[in-house]
Amino acid sequence: MALLEVDQLITEFATDEGLVRAVDGVSFTVEAGATLGIVGESGCGKSVTALSIMRLLPQPMGRIAGGSLRFQGTDLARLDIPAMQKIRGRRIGMVFQEPMTALNPVHTIGRQLTEGMLLHKVCEPANALRAAADMLDRVGIPSPDLRLGEYPHQLSGGMRQRVVIAMALACEPDLLIADEPTTALDVTIQAQILELIADLQKRMGMAVIMITHDLGVIAETCEQVVVMYAGKVAEQGSVFDIFDRPAHPYTRGLLASIPRLETEAKSRLGVIEGMVPGLRDLPLGCRFENRCTFAVDRCREQLPAPEQVAAGHAVSCLRWQEL
Amino acid sequence: MSAPLLEVSNLQMHFPVREGLFLRARAFNRAVDGVSFTINPGETLGLVGESGCGKSTLGRCITRLYTPTGGSIRFAGEDITHMRPRTLRPLRQDIQMIFQDPMESLNARHTVGDILEEPFIVHRIGDRVWRRKRVAELLNIVGLPARSATRFPFEFSGGQRQRIGIARAIALNPRLVICDEPVSALDVSIQSQILNLLVDLQREFNLAYLFIAHDLAVVKHVSDRVAIMYLGKIVETAPSETLYREASHPYTQSLISAIPVPDPHRKAQRDVLRGDVPSPINPPTGCSFHPRCPRAEPRCSEAEPGLAPLTGNHAAACHLLARSG
Ligand SMILES: Nc1ncnc2c1ncn2[C@@H]1O[C@H](COP(=O)(O)OP(=O)(O)OP(=O)(O)O)[C@@H](O)[C@H]1O
Ligand SMILES: Nc1ncnc2c1ncn2[C@@H]1O[C@H](COP(=O)(O)OP(=O)(O)OP(=O)(O)O)[C@@H](O)[C@H]1O
Ligand code: SF4
Ligand code: SF4
Ligand SMILES: [Mg+2]
Ligand SMILES: [Mg+2]
Repeated sequence: MALLEVDQLITEFATDEGLVRAVDGVSFTVEAGATLGIVGESGCGKSVTALSIMRLLPQPMGRIAGGSLRFQGTDLARLDIPAMQKIRGRRIGMVFQEPMTALNPVHTIGRQLTEGMLLHKVCEPANALRAAADMLDRVGIPSPDLRLGEYPHQLSGGMRQRVVIAMALACEPDLLIADEPTTALDVTIQAQILELIADLQKRMGMAVIMITHDLGVIAETCEQVVVMYAGKVAEQGSVFDIFDRPAHPYTRGLLASIPRLETEAKSRLGVIEGMVPGLRDLPLGCRFENRCTFAVDRCREQLPAPEQVAAGHAVSCLRWQEL
Repeated sequence: MSAPLLEVSNLQMHFPVREGLFLRARAFNRAVDGVSFTINPGETLGLVGESGCGKSTLGRCITRLYTPTGGSIRFAGEDITHMRPRTLRPLRQDIQMIFQDPMESLNARHTVGDILEEPFIVHRIGDRVWRRKRVAELLNIVGLPARSATRFPFEFSGGQRQRIGIARAIALNPRLVICDEPVSALDVSIQSQILNLLVDLQREFNLAYLFIAHDLAVVKHVSDRVAIMYLGKIVETAPSETLYREASHPYTQSLISAIPVPDPHRKAQRDVLRGDVPSPINPPTGCSFHPRCPRAEPRCSEAEPGLAPLTGNHAAACHLLARSG
């Protein structure tokens, strides 16, 4: 059995101008100990997918309107709040892009780290500070005992993200959801954090969902990849399927548009003309239709369903076989 | 070979730090600490470095939003280091700036047409009819429909707003444009549109760029030469190709090794740099990279290495690379 099976997830928000569907029929599977990446441009529904799994959608606007989220056999979408609280932080940890959103500025690092461990009773109160210091040590923070008494503002951005990772991992969860964990950090610090996550993952055997818009981070860290576009999965497969044999015009466009160190300076980059449609004026057919160079009339009318390219590789495009 | 358009020599921008633990000593933030480089007409110099290393401050000194505390800036042969606002005015046409978030620099209550017309009004260029025609031309050049002129900045996406920022920057036919992280906030598919546009405009109007970013792959892509900055200093500079193939300074090597490569067959065995970037308020002695440098030697904490030529256009500031004698 897979660790997490997301099946036909639909997430909606009530807004002043009516309901919007931010995630529309997303399905993917995360195996125990594996890393799955979710990539796609701003607003495509990556964070909403993560928040749906964590059941942390902003209330009362956001709600899961369909589908299931089977985690270790239990459907998270149907759990009551107390049951979900037992899973959140204990079995599933989450790291956000901006570490300050996860940290309380008026509490010490030590207090914030021990809170979760005590709540989930993973250690005795007498040992909590010791365990917290150990955790800081594991995430590579020097002089952890001193840091326990400090406040978030006394730490650098990279250190804060380490603390947030320490908090997310304190109870040794089975799944870590990392939503753009390094986007706000410098590249040398990003390398430290990615190495840290990979290292802890290996030692603790946890699975990771890595959310990012950086295809470099995807290629380096993930085994499986989900490419999202405007609330739907455009393509998914192994990291080699996506980078070596991309089948969806959007995936191909993305790969052609990144500047690489080895390409010739000032050479022309591939572009995807136009912009993502707004959630309020989504086309009837394929959501990529207004930007796709291969679009034909039927793309405007018919919604593409996922089709299998090869085992484990699926694409939602009406014309993938012709391209 | 033509004379350089911009010549920056030993530039310093030290900000006084007033609060602090030790009130007796007035400290300085050495945001830019002895930087020298030139940019030729029509050329792009890329400037890369981690957060806080002084990239934006350097850009602001060149546009004279700041008056540097040391060194000199010559533009088209003229010393502009201490020029007063009134004499600076013609210069403001020649040197323009593009920012990461164009919203910060676009007046939200004005239409795009008004925003683009403003530089001509300020510099008393053309009559109303001519100016409106020119605005339509500018929109066309940056790939926006003419009807955008009657709309407001908030009605546009990030990439479109960056196009508006670019249109305004090129309105007065500048010779140098300082691009400060112009694509950092954009999605890759939009980023490539803007990078292509900047390269096209450079060819068409013979623009020189100082292209500032923290993403080395992006910078390398648009630049003729690249300078790597660390704690207020340039530690290595070389033509783009050379920099990527023959990076010599230990910091540049770590930076390149840290970049995640979008190719799953090349999962890098990288040398991860330890530690954080030190503060420019009390920078380390000697070579300021020595606390993080995997190759540091005892002399590195004592003497500061100068930027010394390696070959042709390639220079680096590291004791290990300095030729003896
Ligand atoms: N509270 C909310 N109310 C209404 N719409 C929302 C709300 N939160 C998110 N959305 C919408 O849901 C869509 C998906 O947002 P989401 O945050 O998941 O994007 P994302 O893929 O994480 O983007 P980014 O890369 O910018 O983080 C967006 O169009 C967004 O406007
Ligand atoms: N107006 C100012 N007054 C005082 N200190 C400043 C000022 N502007 C910048 N600094 C300081 O100068 C140093 C360099 O800042 P700068 O903004 O130039 O860095 P940067 O390389 O552009 O960083 P980033 O990549 O984060 O934009 C920092 O320590 C910053 O705090
Ligand atoms: S379905 Fe049509 S519009 Fe959509 S990606 Fe395929 S070819 Fe393009
Ligand atoms: S001078 Fe020394 S510390 Fe500085 S980069 Fe060279 S080897 Fe490293
Ligand atoms: Mg997000
Ligand atoms: Mg800056």
